Amino acid sequence: MSALPVARRVRDAVVLFWLVVSFTFVLVRLAPGDPATMLVPPDASPAAAARLRHEFGLDASYPVQYARWLGDALTGNLGESFATHEPVTRVLARAAPISFGLGLASLALTFLVGVPIGVLQGARRGTGWDRTLTVVTTTVFAMPSFWLALALVALFTYGASMLGLPAWLRLPAFGVHTPGAALSGWDALRDVMRHAVLPVTILAAVGAAGIARYTRSSVADVARLDFVRTARAKGVTPARVYLRHVLANVLPPLVVLAALSLPGLVAGSVFVEAVFAWPGMGRAMLNAIAARDYPVVMACTMLYAGAVIAANLVADLVLPLLDPRRSAS
Amino acid sequence: MTNPKRIGATRRDPLVVGALALLAAMAAGVIVVPLLARQNPLAIGDVLALRYLPPLARDPSGALHLLGTDRFGRDLFVRMMLAGRISLMVGVVGSVAAAALGTAVGAVAAWSGGVVDRALMAATDAMLSIPRLVLLLVCAALWRPGLGTVVVVLIATGWMGVARMVRAEVLGVRAQPYVDAAVALGARSSRVLWRHAVPNALGPAIVATALGVGNAILLESGLSFLGLGVQPPSPSWGNMIAGGRDAIVTAPWIALAPGVALILTVLACTLLGDWLRDRLSGEAAGLLGDRA
Repeated sequence: MSALPVARRVRDAVVLFWLVVSFTFVLVRLAPGDPATMLVPPDASPAAAARLRHEFGLDASYPVQYARWLGDALTGNLGESFATHEPVTRVLARAAPISFGLGLASLALTFLVGVPIGVLQGARRGTGWDRTLTVVTTTVFAMPSFWLALALVALFTYGASMLGLPAWLRLPAFGVHTPGAALSGWDALRDVMRHAVLPVTILAAVGAAGIARYTRSSVADVARLDFVRTARAKGVTPARVYLRHVLANVLPPLVVLAALSLPGLVAGSVFVEAVFAWPGMGRAMLNAIAARDYPVVMACTMLYAGAVIAANLVADLVLPLLDPRRSAS
Repeated sequence: MTNPKRIGATRRDPLVVGALALLAAMAAGVIVVPLLARQNPLAIGDVLALRYLPPLARDPSGALHLLGTDRFGRDLFVRMMLAGRISLMVGVVGSVAAAALGTAVGAVAAWSGGVVDRALMAATDAMLSIPRLVLLLVCAALWRPGLGTVVVVLIATGWMGVARMVRAEVLGVRAQPYVDAAVALGARSSRVLWRHAVPNALGPAIVATALGVGNAILLESGLSFLGLGVQPPSPSWGNMIAGGRDAIVTAPWIALAPGVALILTVLACTLLGDWLRDRLSGEAAGLLGDRA
């Protein structure tokens, strides 16, 4: 691949990012509700709200606000939170690692579990196994993550004491770490991991069900092709047919799917964060939206959109490397 | 792929039959059960005597509560079925209207070409670059939460995928001889588009709609769970799950039962969507066009 298409794709991605950010800017300002009146006490004078509005620069016309915001953003200044006066970058630096950590851990598990199930189903298409697993994966895929979270909380709290589960299986269902416990080093890590078991399991279960459904249909599609029949006719063992010939064709799009599904997974963690009280991006954004905290809403959306666009760009650039046939076009 | 044996096999697929039966039962349930209820599912009566009854319990007046009662003493099963009316309606309307909008955008983009095409596709790509959930949360929370907002927001955030698929299909159909024939017969451009090209490009849109119903129901429940969707006292599966959250340790059925109804519905929609996709892809998609 020559350098030119890469440069063009990067340029397209940047333009798209600018479009999305501008769209969000308009969307947030079109919405009813005024940040200043929400921040001043109910009995404050209109002058107090006007002063606050001036301080936030909300009394300027929309084009002026947009120009100011864009200028600041281009110099790396995302502004301060209206509500807490904290730099937005610091809000993100605190919340993003939690959500992205949750997303990445779940994504890894999603593929480790989902792909083998899908390959097994695709290889045994139409059998009782396939049918059973289809019902299981489609059912899990139909579960809202917050419902699954509550079900597991019920199981590991109410159920754990009723069923007499051992102490190590009584998993914590609240927060990122044990409050008040002064742990360090390995103990602290172990504590965080124990807290992460339920959230990661839930996101990974729903994700793995989706990946298994996708893998099953693409394995079944590829298994019908002539080269698979040829491989079989040559006497290649069934296991090798699937692991070498079929998987080589199924995996590249799956890797792309992995890149593309990370932003959605991070966004989807808002429900799990809500149930388990994790202070991640989802919660930061929900709070910011409720308070009309424009800078934080803008920054969160930018981060999500940036992740989607970057994922698309990476997928576009990586796919030809994984699948040489695609570099021709 | 017109092997009669294969088509016969899919027709008798027990999963599809089961899914249809499930949806029929759910639809009948949500219509009939609230009509038969003796107690108003929104009214709150003698809370202390009636609340947190376990499934299959009888209250002091002798009335049976199939799934027990919630924290206000309201019958859970009746409320669940009433919620089903709202959730199913939101799912169907949200998905069908979003697909219709996407079809219109995709068809116009492909047919017009040039600047219109580029502008519409740039808008589509821009909207696809924000995770749908983020877009939903921002829109639902910024405007006043409620049933109407949820439906509008589901439509506004759900059309992009269909628009891209229909655009690709219309571009393909455009090259077909029957389109040239219609043009040669003197049909107006808009007539050729809506009467000849679009009906032949609908296969993927129909599959996306079927799969979209389940997705819309899930998204509605998510918004309602976060308090940004259907507002109490109107029940929806999502806000009922949220309402049972505080009692998840002592009375888990209150949060879990509405979820089971939701999961069964979404499961049935997904199985039907999968089946439609298998039948409408490839040559079968042309079959649909023949009838139009």
